[in-house]
Amino acid sequence: MKISGAKIVVETLIEQGADTVFGYPGGQVINLFDELYLNSDRIKHVLTAHEQGAAHAADGYARATGKTGVVIATSGPGATNLVTGIATAYLDSVPLVAITGNVPCSLIGRDSFQEVDIVSITMPVTKHNFIVKDITELADTLRTAFRIAKSGRPGPVLVDIPKDVQTAVTEFEPKAAPAIPYPLTLASEEKLRRAAEMINACQRPYIYFGGGIISGKASKELIAFAEKIDAPMGCSLMGLSAVPYDHPKFLGMQGMHGHYASSMAEDEADLVIALGARFSDRATGNKQRFAKNFKIIHIEIDNAEIHKNIPAQLGINGDICDALDRLIEMVDERKNPQWEARIQQLRDEEKLRRERADSIHREKNCESCTAPCDNAGTPAQERLTPYEIIDTISRHADEDAVVVTDVGQHQMWTAQRYPLKKPRTFLTSGGLGTMGYGLGAAIGASAAVGKQTILFTGDGSFGMNLNELATAVSRNTPVVIVIMNNGVLGMVRQWQTLFFEKHYSNTTLNRSTDFVKLAEAFGAQGARCSTVGELEAAAEKAFSLKKPFVIDCIIDCDEFVLPMLPPGGSIDNIITEIK
Amino acid sequence: MDQYVIGVIVSNVSGVLSRVSGMFTRRGFNIDSLTVGETESGEFSRMTISFHGDDDIKERILRQLQKLYDVKEVEVLERKDTVIRELLLIKVRNKTESRQDVMTAVEIFRSKIVDYSPTSLTCELTGETSKIDAFIELLKPYGIMEMCRTGIVAIERGDNCLKTK
Repeated sequence: MKISGAKIVVETLIEQGADTVFGYPGGQVINLFDELYLNSDRIKHVLTAHEQGAAHAADGYARATGKTGVVIATSGPGATNLVTGIATAYLDSVPLVAITGNVPCSLIGRDSFQEVDIVSITMPVTKHNFIVKDITELADTLRTAFRIAKSGRPGPVLVDIPKDVQTAVTEFEPKAAPAIPYPLTLASEEKLRRAAEMINACQRPYIYFGGGIISGKASKELIAFAEKIDAPMGCSLMGLSAVPYDHPKFLGMQGMHGHYASSMAEDEADLVIALGARFSDRATGNKQRFAKNFKIIHIEIDNAEIHKNIPAQLGINGDICDALDRLIEMVDERKNPQWEARIQQLRDEEKLRRERADSIHREKNCESCTAPCDNAGTPAQERLTPYEIIDTISRHADEDAVVVTDVGQHQMWTAQRYPLKKPRTFLTSGGLGTMGYGLGAAIGASAAVGKQTILFTGDGSFGMNLNELATAVSRNTPVVIVIMNNGVLGMVRQWQTLFFEKHYSNTTLNRSTDFVKLAEAFGAQGARCSTVGELEAAAEKAFSLKKPFVIDCIIDCDEFVLPMLPPGGSIDNIITEIK
Repeated sequence: MDQYVIGVIVSNVSGVLSRVSGMFTRRGFNIDSLTVGETESGEFSRMTISFHGDDDIKERILRQLQKLYDVKEVEVLERKDTVIRELLLIKVRNKTESRQDVMTAVEIFRSKIVDYSPTSLTCELTGETSKIDAFIELLKPYGIMEMCRTGIVAIERGDNCLKTK
């Protein structure tokens, strides 16, 4: 039977397992949206306030489930509004298929109304992209897009479909989506043997893992491996949630704002086993100094990541789950009591340094302070601290709640502190660092898994895409939005404090936005909190409502994210307190 | 810094040149020369790319190229096992006093005169880059009006072939 290109898109999406898609209609996708209307019992469409929000929502859907997210936008500005969302997914290896309409083929290249060359624009931020000019190639191109998005190291793929291809008709042959849509790259046996020899011979092993453990579904294998060789583990920002926060071998995130113990343990190790990670500059600091004291085994699905940032003594290209499964069989079971004792020392030292940093902060005299935060009426000892906010919220939240962040200080505090228990419960823009990522992603995650969703954000980040509150309200999304409101762009302010002689250039917001009224204006509810007591009450209410709820938490503008490896610095210049 | 020559088999589809050259720009690698043309199969094109760099840069370029969906095969072509050629078309002034010198140079370099007018001579030369450079240098005093060169193409000696599996 002959059907239209628009119908082929919808049929192929359903065939590929997309149950929910995100998007925004427009002139060049009207036909496609007509098919979504006709098939609304088979595939749900979530309308956002802005295409960027839709892209982040599709990303959140993908991160929360492991399935491929789908976002649909019209040509021109609809397409360009997706770019930040696509780049966010690209940098964090999130499987995404972006579908854009375009002007009819005959109008391409003539600067027609709402025409843009989105294929060229997104080339550097997609795994691959397509423009489909021949309707007979449409179904297979979409199938290929899904395969590329999910295969190997996942990532976004864009398919641009001119309007005349949506309206044309052709024969459509349904196909079942393959169970495993791609061949797995498997690690070489010989290299795994060499890895096992290096591991068996080393004294102080340390495991550095990244988001590859989550996308490779290798949490169980990772834990079994760490336990068998008795190695401490630290991770990149993207690795968080792969291992329960309280696992005895887990030291937390390492790197620029990572835990003291994990960064130090790595530096004192004689062998670092890097698993599904890419040695981002934020995880390593100064590259020359980074690997001075240890050898590296790097196991990674993307061959181009091996030796890219940090050269490894042994690079192994292959699926992480399979590689760990086989490696576990090859390594000797062992205990490293001396190394473990040293790790315990580092943990203790981390605790002491943290307490010292806190007490310096607590002793600050806020009464005479003229800083731009909104804390004046609250006695210094009662003021909310970021960790108290996170602890209070996590106590009220379900154990399997999905935690989403925006970008900045609140993101690092959440990464350091939130007790994450299960993979895919921590959604954050790690590689691109996209302020404004969070609300869209939270809506997408909630649409996907239907669980409690918490967004930690800042007053800066929230300001970027708060229009998606409208989406959350229209969908009745059970999202609790926790704003760490310090009246400043805190992360940049922290750098200005440390490296720019307190020149607070354009980081003081002076906005007087009332976030509670704002929430109410959107049809949501909210509460403002300056003390733990107020926060307790607000959290109680927020989680019981199962609706969008904004908790505006007032914090000090000079709360710092600590520890900190200064940009370009190393473990040698770790900052653990700021006077 | 060594010079490397790589052969790349890519899908013969629109946009593939942008994808490959864009990867070099984006990752901060420099291309000395890039040529592209069809292969014996209409499905694939072949690129010959040369660049300067150390072993680390070479490895990174190879791995990044292998990641591109449209790139089917990549191989470093070792100079000693490879025939490397470039084509030059060069137009010099046709003057009575220098004509014989140009003709001699053409003969010695096994170049060919492909166009002759009362005021200009156009020569064609193929060879390795160094030979082309030497020929251009030699013709400079006679007044080069314009020139263009193709950049290199390269193919392995013997039975070795760069083919998609």
